[in-house]
Amino acid sequence: MSDEITHREELAADEERRVHQQPNYMAIFWWLFGLTVVEVSYSVFTHPPKVVLMTVLVGLAVIKATMVALFFMHLRFERKSLGIIFASTLILGLILVSVGIAEQVLPRP
Amino acid sequence: MEHAAAASLPLPHGSVHAAPGGAHGHGEEPTTGIPHDKMGMWVFLCSEVMFFTGLIGGYIVLRFGTPNWPHPGNTLNIWLTAGNTFLLICSSVTMVQALAAVQRGDLRKLRLFLSLTLLFGASFLSVQVVEYWKLLHEGFNPHVSLFGSVFFTTTGFHGFHVFCGVVCMSFVTGKAFLGKYTQASHQGVETIGLYWHFVDLVWIVLFTIIYLF
Repeated sequence: MSDEITHREELAADEERRVHQQPNYMAIFWWLFGLTVVEVSYSVFTHPPKVVLMTVLVGLAVIKATMVALFFMHLRFERKSLGIIFASTLILGLILVSVGIAEQVLPRP
Repeated sequence: MEHAAAASLPLPHGSVHAAPGGAHGHGEEPTTGIPHDKMGMWVFLCSEVMFFTGLIGGYIVLRFGTPNWPHPGNTLNIWLTAGNTFLLICSSVTMVQALAAVQRGDLRKLRLFLSLTLLFGASFLSVQVVEYWKLLHEGFNPHVSLFGSVFFTTTGFHGFHVFCGVVCMSFVTGKAFLGKYTQASHQGVETIGLYWHFVDLVWIVLFTIIYLF
């Protein structure tokens, strides 16, 4: 039973810590806003090679999406198990998309 | 004796392992330390990741496999949608501020920020309806081209998710105005917040790959 009490105390402390760890949400908002302005401006006003354009824009989108997941969805402060569950789905998705792209790009026998 | 000691342990505000029918009213303690509805939402979001991966993957495969894909800027109004993206980012900030407010016990700000989130979400949908109306009026529809087909499918499904979010957000906002959430019991706000941020996250990716290149 004392193990159970210790476990409960650990969980309580964990949750207390999580609830009170709040990042500067407005700073994240301005980052998201700024990166969106950079994205749109880069796409509309510059004419780089297609591959460079795609790489830069996807990179910026990944940074923005990661910020939302880490700070707004609080994955940064959650238990690792939640992050692992979510990340494993993203990895599966990445494999799915990569296979699709490879099928289009690689020469067929 | 030990049982009584365990039951009398102090629990923090918003604690996930409240007594049955306690702070969150779940009726049982989650062994994971994560409330059941929050864990359920995360599992649901994982399935949503696969759903949108299918749509985005399909878009990318068609895009790479089709020569002379039209430049989105020639058909779509990028600036209008950039403004819409700004609205969705704003709604994510107000949503997370609503959660922070209820965790501090500031119920007035909870109501304010939830209402703002609802407003931003509804505005996003309204702008999307205007965009669709204009595009359809100009003859760009799902069966005019492959681009039209994937554009309406992908953004349409996302719009449907936003619509569902707005409906759920209305429910949560109504409960907030009825005083159903407190500093100790506010799991509903966190759960709808997770869904809302996910919808924002998906839009960040969709906006980039559909509108910008």
